[in-house]
Amino acid sequence: MEPNSSLSPPSSPASPGATVWGAASQISRFNRLWSLEVMAPIAVGLGALVLWEVGVQLFQVPPYLLPGPLLVLQTLVQEWPQLFPSLMVTLQITVAAFVAATVSGLLIAILFTQSKWIERSFFPYAVILQTMPVVAIAPLIIIWFKSNTFAALVVCAWIVALFPIISNTTLGLNSADHSLQNLFQLYGANRWQTLWHLRLPSAMPYFLGGLRISGGLSLIGAVVAEFVAGTGGARSGIAYQILMSSYNLQIPRMFAALIMTTGLGVIIFVLLTLLSDRLLRHWHESALQREN
Amino acid sequence: MPPILTLHQVSKVYGNGTVALQDIDLTVSPGEFVSLVGPSGCGKSTVLRLVAGLGQPSSGQIAWGLSPGERNLAFVFQDAALMPWATVVDNVHLPLKLKGKSLRSCRADIQEALNLVSLGGAERSYPRQLSGGMRMRASIARALVTRPNVLLMDEPFGALDEMTRARLNSDVLHLWEQKHWTVLFVTHNIYEAVYLSNRVVVMAAHPGRIVADLAIDAPYPRSEEFRTSAQFNHYCREILRYLSSPERTVTVP
Ligand SMILES: Nc1ncnc2c1ncn2[C@@H]1O[C@H](COP(=O)(O)OP(=O)(O)O)[C@@H](O)[C@H]1O
Ligand SMILES: [Mg+2]
Repeated sequence: MEPNSSLSPPSSPASPGATVWGAASQISRFNRLWSLEVMAPIAVGLGALVLWEVGVQLFQVPPYLLPGPLLVLQTLVQEWPQLFPSLMVTLQITVAAFVAATVSGLLIAILFTQSKWIERSFFPYAVILQTMPVVAIAPLIIIWFKSNTFAALVVCAWIVALFPIISNTTLGLNSADHSLQNLFQLYGANRWQTLWHLRLPSAMPYFLGGLRISGGLSLIGAVVAEFVAGTGGARSGIAYQILMSSYNLQIPRMFAALIMTTGLGVIIFVLLTLLSDRLLRHWHESALQREN
Repeated sequence: MPPILTLHQVSKVYGNGTVALQDIDLTVSPGEFVSLVGPSGCGKSTVLRLVAGLGQPSSGQIAWGLSPGERNLAFVFQDAALMPWATVVDNVHLPLKLKGKSLRSCRADIQEALNLVSLGGAERSYPRQLSGGMRMRASIARALVTRPNVLLMDEPFGALDEMTRARLNSDVLHLWEQKHWTVLFVTHNIYEAVYLSNRVVVMAAHPGRIVADLAIDAPYPRSEEFRTSAQFNHYCREILRYLSSPERTVTVP
């Protein structure tokens, strides 16, 4: 990292310097990808897998109690043609719920910050929505939507994913710099201009933080709702596969499906983190490269 | 010359009962450079905010010698108050953007403002990439882009090191001599106040009030030698005296 940092002239923040600065941080980020930061967790993971396999072999644990990682991997490859389409069904539910939560959460947060009274009157209900156990209400929602299971599952996942976006974005919209608010007032900015040019950009880091939480929650919400729905048929998601595998004591298959679900969760998180870093890279502390 | 700004018996009591200002009388002539000095909490910022129209006095009047159409205020805040997500150009563009002017239509104005504060070349930088002094220059450029005639500056250089402060002082003074602004300048730095101003208004706290109003009779342009002259020292000592014993309320015309 050090040789790259010397590319950037500290005394010249003008645009040519800025370009070099950007390039240097790109290179150092790329290098970092292959540095300790990534190698350490991989080493830990591999170590754990080896221990797991050795333990299972050594104590001859039957696969229906705990399959070894090699068996799980083998099952994953074998069962891929059945499991992958199920994962895609779950992904559809997750994405639909996530998009719905993002749009509605953002709009609700904007509504909340239009007046203290709106926020005070409605925020408690957002909290209630958040604390409501989705497992308990999912059957009811599925009954309401009886002709459309997909929509019912999306609604369940949406309920789980909504709150972090509302609360984070509301906090962000309310945390615009006080001097800048005064400046906008001084130059006669209207409500819409202040929202668009000041409050929304100020809320961006908070909103993106909310997205990262909600991405994972959408998936969890979708899986939980599928568990409750437990429906078979053509459009059954990955949770149905986990459920069926465990009923039939196909434990390696259950593990394979679990791994796919977790992998999807990790991918969602990484994608949202990359999006966040990209949008904030010029200005926010969370996305800046520092040498110290 | 008729005053450009008159504060008559202005008081401000905040919602929580704090008496920020009590019976402030202040008259500012066109083209004057008036500094407000005083301990923190004596209501300097409150005076500036009321003059800017960011809030109403609890009692008293603020009268302008300019019609609302002629009046063009600009405010500079201590913390530069730049939008961190916007480049220098976009930050300077802001006051014009809020009036509905596109970036393309006011490129020349923005460039001129940036050149006035010697920030040409940093247009596309983000505030994070600038030093404290350059951020303050960008903030001043944003104030100048609307071609104001009244400049309100609230401890603009309070967070800067001594060298940067001295350079910005002489740059601002230079601009003031060219542009004939009326300036209300808040600072807690006595030396800065004496170096820059026609008049130094000394304030005291609890309640916020004016304890002295000193004319600084030294010709412009003021050189660096003025900072070390006997006259300069005399004014500084005078102001210090009012700051340390505010109960001896005397107004020096
Ligand atoms: N919005 C506010 N609400 C309540 N009290 C305030 C507010 N703004 C300032 N004050 C109080 O008014 C007094 C004067 O504040 P200020 O004008 O900021 O002083 P200065 O700029 O000289 O430090 C202080 O005691 C401060 O705590
Ligand atoms: Mg202040």
